[in-house]
Amino acid sequence: MLKILKNSLQTTVQDLGRSGFQKYGVIASGAMDPYAHRLANLLVGNKEQAATLEITLVGPAIEFIEDTVIALCGGDLSPKLDGQAAPMWRMLSVKKGNTLTFGEPRVGARCYLAIAGGIDVPEVMGSRSTYMRAGIGGFQGRSLEKGDEVPVGQISRQRLSSLMQEAENDSDWLLPPVRYFEEPVIRMMAGRQFDLFDGASKKRIFQEAFAVSSNSDRMGYRLEGPHLALENPAELISEAVAFGSVQVPVDGNPIVLLADRQTTGGYPKIGQVASVDLPLISQLKPGQQLRFKEISLADAQQRWIEQEQSIRQIKAAIKLKREE
Amino acid sequence: MNTSFSPLGDQAIVIELGTEINEETEKKIRRLSTLLESRPPEWMIEFIPAFITVAVFYDPCAATYSKVQEELAELLAHLGEELAVESRTVEIPVCYGGEFGPDLEFVAQHNGLTAREVIDIHTSGSYSVHMIGFAPGFPFIGGMSEKIAAPRRDSPRLRIPERTVGIAGMQTGVYPIETPGGWQLIGRTPLRLFRPENDIPSLLQAGDKVVFREISETDYHAWKEDPNAENP
Repeated sequence: MLKILKNSLQTTVQDLGRSGFQKYGVIASGAMDPYAHRLANLLVGNKEQAATLEITLVGPAIEFIEDTVIALCGGDLSPKLDGQAAPMWRMLSVKKGNTLTFGEPRVGARCYLAIAGGIDVPEVMGSRSTYMRAGIGGFQGRSLEKGDEVPVGQISRQRLSSLMQEAENDSDWLLPPVRYFEEPVIRMMAGRQFDLFDGASKKRIFQEAFAVSSNSDRMGYRLEGPHLALENPAELISEAVAFGSVQVPVDGNPIVLLADRQTTGGYPKIGQVASVDLPLISQLKPGQQLRFKEISLADAQQRWIEQEQSIRQIKAAIKLKREE
Repeated sequence: MNTSFSPLGDQAIVIELGTEINEETEKKIRRLSTLLESRPPEWMIEFIPAFITVAVFYDPCAATYSKVQEELAELLAHLGEELAVESRTVEIPVCYGGEFGPDLEFVAQHNGLTAREVIDIHTSGSYSVHMIGFAPGFPFIGGMSEKIAAPRRDSPRLRIPERTVGIAGMQTGVYPIETPGGWQLIGRTPLRLFRPENDIPSLLQAGDKVVFREISETDYHAWKEDPNAENP
């Protein structure tokens, strides 16, 4: 069990999202940076889809009620374990009574805390992710608050002690951290309605910088930059949107749709962020800048397949290490 | 048959089954949905049907875009007319006006009608659900009479209680969960449209026929969700 000692900006239980219910209007939710979420789980011996805590910008203080192992992946929010800097992208052994705190966000916006056994809240529609607007899933359908006691899945004593031993012995073993850039270049495919935009917009989207507005959240990032417009104003018929769809409402400022996006939308989509680059967007803080670079569909799929192969290699390496 | 395919990023494909909202397109969408539901391709993750499109989400490690398009085209070629699409009719009881429907008077004045006439027109329409989207279980319902059409509010309300029935333009719908929104609110139903505890969490589904029936405030408060209980 974990005990929350201090309030945070937003800390929610997330897994890889709710799949199969979008046709009923149920949003997918899930980790904003699925890559960091998956690696954190693998490090502590969980399945990739086990639930973690997604900690945003200003973290809570968390007390561990039992001995266990954890991993912190994603944005660097200056984590400390009992006052000592806690290394990220590797497994850490923690003792009953240890407290995890966070400080200044250094690079990135969201840190994933995985714990052996996973966060054990009830599944709703096949997922433990928090759906805040509907008040379901996760921990009572909301962000964690001071005083909350968050249940953790049980693993065998034997397995736990071998994981703890591993964490203590192999203190130099870590995964290569993802580089979250200050001003990333995000690869983007042309969107379904790209051709409806005027000539200037089609150029400027790939040439100029955009800034993440303060009006950004898990649903989507509103961007500020050059004004984008359709060649001829048109009412579109609503259709499905996806993680990373870049839609442009009438005010001309694009919105990148993220984990808590609605299932459908009626705004024209100028682009679609390559899935491998979604973590780079999700880790941006309001005020940061980004640029878009065009990528073909075939290339984007190839990069995704390569990423999945590398995750399989990481899994195999961890398995080998644990069998030794 | 004017069917076209295009990518929605690197993990989804959009199938356009028509160019405008009509019965023929709607039937195709429902046939395709039924087929994807009963015989899901192994690379499919899920699908989202809309007014004239179906988006199919897939795992690019299991199949790349061209393979997915090819298999979907094959599937569509065998989308037989014989595949029956039966429609359910769902009755939605509504308590109109008062605190549940603060904009009923506005809708009446806007159309030069009395509140009574708006209710009579709203309950006598024959409606169908085009799609579910925007919010969990939120139905886009077509078929409303233009005699009670009304524009969206200039500034949206920040909180609309769940189960509120509204009008926006030529559409009518019901808010399943509390959300902000700009629709004109005319009443409230005791029925829950979003049921996260159920296998199918949405009371309504694309293709359903909908009938609105007026109930009194007393009936509203006495409503029992248990289908076996006696409802007024």
